[in-house]
Amino acid sequence: MDDVAAWFLWLYKATGIKLTIFYDPYDRTRFIQGFFTTLKLSAYCLVLSVVLGAVAAWLAGSRVAAVRGAVAAFVQLFRNTPPLVQLYFFYFAVGPLLPKVGGVPLLGSFGWAVVSLTLLETAFAAEIFRAGIEAVPKATVEAAQALGYSRAQIYRKVVLPLAVRVTMPAMTNNLVNLVKTTTLAYAIAAPELVYMSAQVWSEQVNVPEMMVVLLVCYVTIVGVINQIMQWLEERLRVPGFGQ
Amino acid sequence: MTGAQSMSKSLMTASTGLALAGLLVVSIVAAQIPAAAEKPSVMELLWKWTPLLAQGFLFNLLISFCAMAVGTAAGVLMGFARISLHAPVRGTSWIVVQFFRNAPWLVLLFFVMFLMPFEVRVGGITIPFPDWIKATLGLALPIMANIAEIVRGAVQSIPTAQWEAARSLAFSRRQTLWKIILPQCIKRMLPPWMNWYAILTMATTLASIVGVSEVMTITNRITNAEGRTDLLIPIYTYVLLAFFVYCYPISRWTRRLEARYAER
Repeated sequence: MDDVAAWFLWLYKATGIKLTIFYDPYDRTRFIQGFFTTLKLSAYCLVLSVVLGAVAAWLAGSRVAAVRGAVAAFVQLFRNTPPLVQLYFFYFAVGPLLPKVGGVPLLGSFGWAVVSLTLLETAFAAEIFRAGIEAVPKATVEAAQALGYSRAQIYRKVVLPLAVRVTMPAMTNNLVNLVKTTTLAYAIAAPELVYMSAQVWSEQVNVPEMMVVLLVCYVTIVGVINQIMQWLEERLRVPGFGQ
Repeated sequence: MTGAQSMSKSLMTASTGLALAGLLVVSIVAAQIPAAAEKPSVMELLWKWTPLLAQGFLFNLLISFCAMAVGTAAGVLMGFARISLHAPVRGTSWIVVQFFRNAPWLVLLFFVMFLMPFEVRVGGITIPFPDWIKATLGLALPIMANIAEIVRGAVQSIPTAQWEAARSLAFSRRQTLWKIILPQCIKRMLPPWMNWYAILTMATTLASIVGVSEVMTITNRITNAEGRTDLLIPIYTYVLLAFFVYCYPISRWTRRLEARYAER
């Protein structure tokens, strides 16, 4: 670690390429914190949006027209309005309405970023799951019905496992989009990667270097996600589906 | 899709716009209650600021048109590079496309904002680059990469037999591409192209983060100037509604085109 720090310090002195995040302990801590905040934000939103998306997709197949209408309205609403405005709406407009606990707001910028991005991603996940559910053959569902499964059981044990596999490529895409969208949390000062990098570059005046680092970070995260999802897709493959 | 089904579906989704409009009305009505007599009501405030907000929104649309035009032109060229017969060209364009598709829009925007000069001197003439032009270029980059993928996908979806038939009729590669392949591709490219336009329009609000005076910046300025907490939900809902009214028909239309082309 010291060698790496020494090399980057030498690099700065020799060429003027100023990557303080490798040798300045303060900048390094900030940057690493930002990196993990981005990962944490993505992970929370991913888990919540997959669960809520599955529920929404289930409700979208409801026999009650009002429920179907409400889900459709929710999905279209979040898909056809700018994510940044949604974020501002929650943080600046809804946020102040929440009660304060001991003088501290119930949800901070990170909390509101989770709420806003989760709702956005839920809308996308619901559509994706919907398409996946429609891809499950009718005969399979009828067979489950003949075996006496209830509607909820069929959804949980037959339809969903098959639908999840069909939707894998679309979900990968969605997950990549989610990671990219977490950068919006910068706008409400959530301490994620872009925000922390912006603090570094405004103090150290090393915008070009930090820009490259940022881009490399995101492209790497996305690359890793693609690899993991590809591996998962192969692991989950059911004989008789796909090629 | 049968007529009745599509009818009920469009009715169902029409409720979405109503839901947003309803939220706006409810929030305005709720805001009326504590408003003191001498203060202007939220409705009056919204009405007062509507011309300015509309101006900001039109600026967003201007940015979206320009970015889409630049992104499409560059994307088509990049798409040709992706299907080039020359391996280095193919490889380089693949890297460029992957890079711009996987980088977050906001980071690309920062990249262009900070690293592009505010003016360029060519000979004796100084060409200025105001912020909004830079933002437009920043937004055009991811559009370019995604359009390139659409072009490549569409060209590859045309049966190889058509290329072979064209060659047997002595068409050159360029002629085949322009006169035979691309005209058929347009239909396949139109729905995803429209989809990206809608995404871009919504992304134009990012320009507010880098200091362009578009609708989001103006909204924040208004809320700061008025200092009214009861104005917050109505005004943000108002902006959401403006985008919804613009983007939702585009998305409906895209769906309809997709369904129509899929039938054939």
